[in-house]
Formats: sequence, C-alpha cells, structure tokens
Amino acid sequence: MTKKIEAIIREEALDAVKDALHAIGIVGMNVVEVRGHGRQGGIDLSWRGTAYRMDLIPKIQINIILSDHNVEKTIDAIVGAARTGQPGDGLIFIYPVDDVVRIRTGERGHDALIYPDDIDERREHAVKGS
Amino acid sequence: MMQAWPGQAIEVCPNSQPRPLPRRARFRPAHSNRSDIMKRTALFRYAIRLAATLTSLVVFFGVASRALAADPPPPTLADVAATAGEVKLAINVMWMLVAGFLVFFMQAGFALVETGFTRSKNVAHTMMMNMMVFCIGAVGYWMTGFAFQFGAVNLPYPEVSTIGAIAGEWAHSPITLGDWTGLLASGFRIGQFGLLGTNGFLLTGVGLNTGVLAFFLFQMVFMDTAATIPTGSMAERLKFSGFCLMGLWVSMFIYPLVAGWIWGGGWLQNLGRIAGLGNGAVDFAGSGPVHMIGGAIALAGALVIGPRIGRFNADGSANAMPGHNIPMGILGTIILFFGWFGFNPGSSLGFTGTFGQLAANAAVNTLIAGAVGGCVSMLYMWHISPVKKPDPSMSVNGVLAGLVAITAPCAFVDPIGALLIGSVAGVLVCLATTWLEKAKIDDPVGAVPVHFVNGMWGVLAVGIFANGNDASKGWNGMEGAVRGLIAGNPSQLLAQALEAGAVVVVVFGLSYVFFKILNALKLLRVAPADELTGLDMPEMGTPGYTTVDVRMTGGGRLSQQAPRPRVANAPTKSPSTGA
Repeated sequence: MTKKIEAIIREEALDAVKDALHAIGIVGMNVVEVRGHGRQGGIDLSWRGTAYRMDLIPKIQINIILSDHNVEKTIDAIVGAARTGQPGDGLIFIYPVDDVVRIRTGERGHDALIYPDDIDERREHAVKGS
Repeated sequence: MMQAWPGQAIEVCPNSQPRPLPRRARFRPAHSNRSDIMKRTALFRYAIRLAATLTSLVVFFGVASRALAADPPPPTLADVAATAGEVKLAINVMWMLVAGFLVFFMQAGFALVETGFTRSKNVAHTMMMNMMVFCIGAVGYWMTGFAFQFGAVNLPYPEVSTIGAIAGEWAHSPITLGDWTGLLASGFRIGQFGLLGTNGFLLTGVGLNTGVLAFFLFQMVFMDTAATIPTGSMAERLKFSGFCLMGLWVSMFIYPLVAGWIWGGGWLQNLGRIAGLGNGAVDFAGSGPVHMIGGAIALAGALVIGPRIGRFNADGSANAMPGHNIPMGILGTIILFFGWFGFNPGSSLGFTGTFGQLAANAAVNTLIAGAVGGCVSMLYMWHISPVKKPDPSMSVNGVLAGLVAITAPCAFVDPIGALLIGSVAGVLVCLATTWLEKAKIDDPVGAVPVHFVNGMWGVLAVGIFANGNDASKGWNGMEGAVRGLIAGNPSQLLAQALEAGAVVVVVFGLSYVFFKILNALKLLRVAPADELTGLDMPEMGTPGYTTVDVRMTGGGRLSQQAPRPRVANAPTKSPSTGA
C-alpha cells in the first residue's frame, strides 16, 4: 500500500525536517506555503497603531508519498525535527493513496516511488549486509 | 599587453623591491614576460616625465611672452559688475533647477510609501495614480495653475503707511532670479488684497526669461507634491476617472488659488503691510501651501468617499488593513527625506549671499526635525501606545510628520526649535491617526495626520519659534526680521493662524463641494465588487503583480461594459492555432 504524509510545520522548521528526512532516505517531497491556525488561533500584531489578530499564520506543508512500511520511521523523523514543545508546532496527516504514476517512465505504484539510495534500497542493503 | 592604468605609469617606485601587482595586472595573459613589462614601464615613465617638463616650459614662455608683449585693456568696473551679476544669476538658477529635480524625485517616494501601505490587489492602481498625477498636474499647472498662482507676483502694491513696512511700492517677486520687469504683473485685487494672478497662462507672455522658467519648474513640482497627497487618503477605492479630474482640480485651480495668497503676492503674504501682522503670513517652503493644502484636499476626499469596505465594524471599532510591503514604505520615506533637501533648502530661491545662509539653515533644520520626528513617534509607539512595539508604519509617518512640520519654519528657527517642532510632530501624528480612526475617517496611508495636521502645526510653529535671524529681514516687505511668540512678536502667530484658517475654510470647503459633485456624478468611488476584487484588474485592466507566468490566450473580450477579465471558465484556445 502507498500512503501520503501531509505534515504542517513551522516555516523555520523546514530545513531541519528536510535534513532529517534526507538522513533516513526519504528522497522525494514537495513543499507548499500554506496559512492556517489550530487551537492557538493566531497571533496579535499591529498596523499604524491598530491592533489586529493574524489568525491565519504562514506555515509550511510537506507532502511525501511513500510505502506503508516507511510511515512510522518518517513520522518519527518529522516529529523529532519539528518539535519545539510550544503551541504552533503543527500536525501530520496520513492518507491512503490509490496509485502513483511516474510521468517520465510510466511506472506505476511502488515502482514509481523507487529512487537510488532511498529508504527501501538502504533497508535492503542493511538486510544483505547483516 | 602592457596597459597604463591611471596613476600607475607615473608613480615613482620607492625601491627596487617587486611591488605587489595592481589588480589589473592579475588579468594579464599568463604567457607575458614579467621583466619585459617592468622594463617597458620604466621607459614609459621616463617618456611621461619628459613630456610634462616640455609642456610646462612651453606654457611658461608662452604666458610670459604674451604678458610682456602688450597690456590688454583693463576691465571696467561695469564689466566686472556685469560678470558678477551673470555668475550670481547662474548660481541661483542652477540651484533652483537642481532643487526642483530633487523635489520631482519625491514623486517616487510618495509612490512607494502609498503603494507599500496599501494591499497587493491595488498596486497597479496606486502606482499609476502617483505617476499620472505628475503628468496630469504638469499640464494643468502649465495651462492655468502657474498664471493663477504667480501671475500677479511682480505686480507692485502701492506704498502703505503701516508701521514697519518698507517704504515705497512693493512686489513679492523673488530678487534672486534676474530681471522680471513687466512679467507676471497682472491679477485681481481688492485694494491691497491680492486674490488671483492672470498672467502667464500656458507660459505665454513671459518669453524665455531664464529666471521665470526655472521658477516655473520649481513651483510646478511643488504643486505636484500637494496633488499627490490626496491619492493616499482615497487609495484603494478611488475611481481612476475621478482621480484624473481631481488632478486637474488641484493643479489648475485650488492649489494655485490659495498658494498664490501665500507665495504669489496674495493677501495673506501682504498681511504685514496691510494690517501690521508680523511679516505677513510667512511660509518658507510650504507647510501651509503644499502640505496643508494637500492634506485638506485629502481630508475632504476621505470624508466624502467614505471608508473602505470592512474598515470599521458596526460597533464603531476599527479593523487594521495592513499594507503589503513595508520595505517599499521605508524606501519611499528615505527617498522623500532625500527629496526634502531640495524642497526646503531650495525654497531660498537663491544661493548667493544671505540666500545661501537661508538654504543651509533650512537643510540642517530639515535634517533635525525629520530625524527627531521619526525617533519620537517610534518611542511613542514603543513605550506609550498600547502596541508596545517600534511600529515601522508609524515611524515612517513620524519621519514625514517631522519633515512636514519643519517645512514652513525651516529657515527661521534654531536647531533647538527644529528639535521641538519635530518632537511635537512625532507625537501629533500618532494621536491624529487615533483621532481619525475614532471619527471613522479612513486614510490608508496617513496622509491627513502627516500633511494636514502637521502642516498646520508647521504653519503655527513659525509664529511661535521664529528667532528673528538677520537673513529674514525685509521678508514680505517689512523692515524687521521674522519673529515669533518666543522672540516677542505675537502678531506673527496671528498671521500664521490666518494662513491656516484660510486653507481650512477655502481649500477644505471648496474641495468638499468638488468631491460631492464627483460623487453625485458617480465618478468618485468604484463599485463595491471592484473594490473587493482589488482595483488593479477592474480599473486598470492588469494585475500589479504576476507571480506565475501563464500564457495569456488571445480573444479576450474587453469592452466598456465588461472590463473585468474572466478568471473562471476562461475560453481556452489551442496553442497551435497560430496566426
């Protein structure tokens, strides 16, 4: 099975999360600039002396499509890098994905998700090596 | 290849130690022979020295032989005086032009401040207003504005017996810009009350008088500064056709009318001679004529056009509508500050003698008041207002408020006076912003607090802080120097109050009526749907910012009735159907 991880994180956490994902062999991802709020509800700012609440705070959404068995390890990597313990650290959503098509080759499903030196290839090397 | 770089070939080598190669030498071809270069360099130096020696010998003997040959006739005193007069005029005209160019550049500052302080959906509209107000204004001012404002500046008033008035008849034309005999000397007057000039429409009847032309340019860019102020207070909702008419209203009539009373030999300027009120209304660079007039039009416009949709809630509370680009706003403010060094010092209208003193005094006071205005409003927002932050948007307004307030008194006060004037301006601008919000008047960029409120403060500040320096003696046809309340002349403050009052009553009153008429003709405010979309596409037909380059297909339907581009369900064309 293929899953989609959609992680909403702080803008300033992007570099750390990206590094953590690369470190475990998550090769492909895309990133969207989003705005939103959770329980915290926004932050207070002012413009020419008038206070206002910016209730939609800029955040980064990372999208990753990956195989089922890699989900937990990836979640751990994201949480480890994005967590500050303060409100506003974000959320991770996990969805099922019906199919994947790699446009260049026409590969489908799991094949379309394989890259050189990715998380699965590393696991195979590790298994062979032991 | 050997090349002589400036200063290198004739430099004397202190010793034979190889020197670090100059930067250029690093780029010589790798195969070139270094010792060969050194040899050729030495030869080259020798040749230069020889040439210099020969040249100086030739020049010396040439001059000496001419001096011995014959005495040229010595210049007469009249020759010297004529040349000195020409040089003086050239310096003054050049100063006038350079200062005018600096003031013109303030247009860029206004454009950046206003656009940075408005939302990204209105940038093409706001920027376009700031450019076109100059183009429209230049034409309007050339057609009628200059004539209304200065057509009577050289028309002398008969002698008066007021105590302190300089004996003889008196005209208010500048004495720095050459001979204006017979030019700009007709207008409407009631007794000693000058109302309107009537000479110089389309700059006809003034010939090609250098001084008048330079003066026209300088005064045109001043008018434009006033004309661009209301675009800020009505930004994000002003219909472009209404804006164009407003540009003509300001440049062709209302600014020239009232500014002429203060600078063009009108009744306010003459108050000293007719009523003994100090030196009459005194305004060095235009807190009143430029900023207060612009601010009064801005206030009338903001009142008639009403607040932007969503600016105020039903319970009367205000919603912030943050601008989209603080860096633009701050860059614009710095450009304005820079331009102000043409605006204020340039208003000496000359640079020779005491006029240079006025200019230098004005420059220093401008610097101090602008800086202090910024500091005080920053500190006010940081420590006194509930915001508790050094708010950039108010600090920008604070700098401008200080500059506006010092504009009238800049050549008449001490630096200490400038400091006090700037400090008051920095607080006033913050308070006035709150007052406007309480009154439910929507002014997106703070044009009214900056230009109207602090323009008024600047006009009155002359009557309080003017120190009576010698350079201001004889101002507006009075023997004495310009002295304010602190220097012991309360009547000057009264003249200043009359100037401020005239601007409020006439400019605000007539502009209010003008905008009411525009509103009745449905030319003032855009449709609510367009305002919500943002004015760029419905009014201007193009977005201000295009972040993704998508191909625009042909065949759009642009017409008077449906100028709005169809975003949804746009007709798609195959890209291959060329021609």
